[in-house]
Parts: sequence; C-alpha cells; structure tokens
Amino acid sequence: MSFINYSAREINCKLVYYGPGLGGKTTNLQHIYRRVDPSAKGKLISLATETERTLFFDFMPLHLGEIRGFKVRLHLYTVPGQVFYDASRKLILKGADGVIFVADSQLERMESNIESLQNLEQNLGEQGLILEKMPFVLQYNKRDLPNVVSIEDLQRALNTRNVPWFGAVASTGVGVFETLKAIAKLVLQELKKRE
Amino acid sequence: MLPGRTNLIILDEDFRRISACLSRLNQEARSKAVFLIDKNGQLISSQGETAGLDLTSLASLTAGNIAATGGLAQLLGEKEFSILFHEGERDNLHISIVAQRVILVVIFDSRSSLGLVRLRVKKASEDLVRIFADVMKKLDQEAGKARAIFTTQFAEITDEDIDNLFTKS
Repeated sequence: MSFINYSAREINCKLVYYGPGLGGKTTNLQHIYRRVDPSAKGKLISLATETERTLFFDFMPLHLGEIRGFKVRLHLYTVPGQVFYDASRKLILKGADGVIFVADSQLERMESNIESLQNLEQNLGEQGLILEKMPFVLQYNKRDLPNVVSIEDLQRALNTRNVPWFGAVASTGVGVFETLKAIAKLVLQELKKRE
Repeated sequence: MLPGRTNLIILDEDFRRISACLSRLNQEARSKAVFLIDKNGQLISSQGETAGLDLTSLASLTAGNIAATGGLAQLLGEKEFSILFHEGERDNLHISIVAQRVILVVIFDSRSSLGLVRLRVKKASEDLVRIFADVMKKLDQEAGKARAIFTTQFAEITDEDIDNLFTKS
C-alpha cells in the first residue's frame, strides 16, 4: 500500500508490471530507465538469471515531481513471468497500489496471456483483493511483430473489465510512457478517493 | 486491521521517536548505519553513515530478501525467520523483523561485533514494538485528523496537476 510521509509531504506508490514470461515487462522498465532524467530516478535493479530472465524482480524508483507540494514517487516492480515462479510473484504483488498487465500480442502467446491474467486474479484474491477495485491497465505489447492478434480479439479475451489499454512496442518505447502515465493517474485518483 | 493491509501513516511525533531510537541503537551497537523499512520496501528512517549508500535500493532489496525468507519459513512450517545475518569481508548486515511489520537493518564493521549488535537490536526492538503499537493505535485516532488535512489538500489536486507530472518525461 502507499506510504505517505506527512511531515516530508511525500507519497510513495508501488506499481507492479505483471504478465506472461518474455512479454516485455523488464523491457518496459529498461525503456523508462533510459529515457528518464538521471536526477529523477534511482538504480534499475534486475535480479535475473544468466540468460537475463527475471528471477525475482526488477525494481526502479522514479521521482515524478511534485503536485501541490506533495512529492510523488513511484516504485516500479516487475514480476518474473515464468509459470514456476509463482511464489515470487505473490511476494512482489503484496502491497501493490496498481498493476500493469503486459500482454504479448503474438497469437501463440494468447493462452499464456489468459493464464497469467487468471494467475494475477488468483494471487490478488489470496490477499483479499479484486482486480475490479484496483488501479489496473493493460498493455498489448509487441505490436510490431507479424503474427499478432488483432486489438479487438485481445480486448475480448483480456479486457473484460474495460480498463484503459495501450498498444505498445516496448523495445522501441512505443506506448511505454502512455501506459505508465495511465496507471499513475489511476493510482493517484484512487488515493484521492480512498483517503 | 491486518498488518500490511492499510496505508502506513506515521505522525511527526512518532517519526521523531523512531529516529531517536535508531540513533541510540547506532551509537550503542557501534554500527555504521541503521535503517528501518516497511515490509513493502519503503524506507521509513535511517541513521548513521548513510552518505554514499543507495538507501532506496537497499530498502527494496532488503524487503525482497525478507519476503523470500518468509516464503521459505512458511514452506518449513515456521511463522517467520526473524533474524538474517550476512557477513562480508568488510561490512556485515544484521536484518531483523520488528513487530511483524517493519524491518530493522544494521550495517556494521569490525568496530563492532555480531554479539553486541544482537544485544542492542533486541533492546531497540522492544522500544520499536512499543512505538509501533502507538502508531497502529493512532492510525484510527489522530492519524484520522492528519488524513483529513491530507485529504482536503489532496482533494484539490486536479487531473491537470497529475498530467503536469508527466510533461517532462
């Protein structure tokens, strides 16, 4: 959950990139890391295997700046997407203020997308949370590849909640900041509502 | 209220008590630095030689470490492993869970010893447990007021303000 330091007027929020393995969650973070001003970011930490598959999580703090005297900081995390790392995913999901689901648009990954989304619902459920009540956005990644599923089909399969969605090519940065902006906005709005 | 389920709200007064407690621990344990983070990896307070330390990363990795160790404990039927110790060539890390909610980290070198750190951490933990019991109590009372002030100010924040955060990136 968000950590609010009243004396320092600081708001810290935790955002988690979720989705199937090799879908581009880490690539999203890497793009943000490359593009953001050095003064606004901390280190990008990747706990990955030798073949650069996420083992535990990636982490990057991002200072968004101030709104009306409140410093807003986002802590961005990715989960390991591979199915057998479920225990790790549960740990990282704890205390998340918002979730970005990075779906792989390729036809052969549709089943993995659906499975991963169900896994997200289940892991949230174990914490007594439901996706409908959480800031949540979808990113349809890898739109540049030839064998992609149409946006309409992706929407039908994954976006039954009708949440904000974005087509993306994370490797070149297309859609990355749009997605981040949308989830940050939802999280801040939710904070406003809840507080 | 379940621990970890709610926003953590610490008022000025309690924040000063926490910082004083950490500062005392740092002196008495003859450690280099001491910091307190919540289980989600947010830094609450730090004392000692923290210049040159990437505290944000340290906090997030420590929380990840504690979470993973907690997962291991559960697999073995333990409630938690409440103390972790990492020994390095120069610096050592003593990590412990306090009040099942926050993580106390002590960085020390050869000027101190594991025994001394353990002893002082134990005492400081008792103080921190008391402080956090107060913090949790106040979450419903005074924190409500602080929250009310925050809400009033935060409610004035418009979508445009939020959009403006992103104009730079």
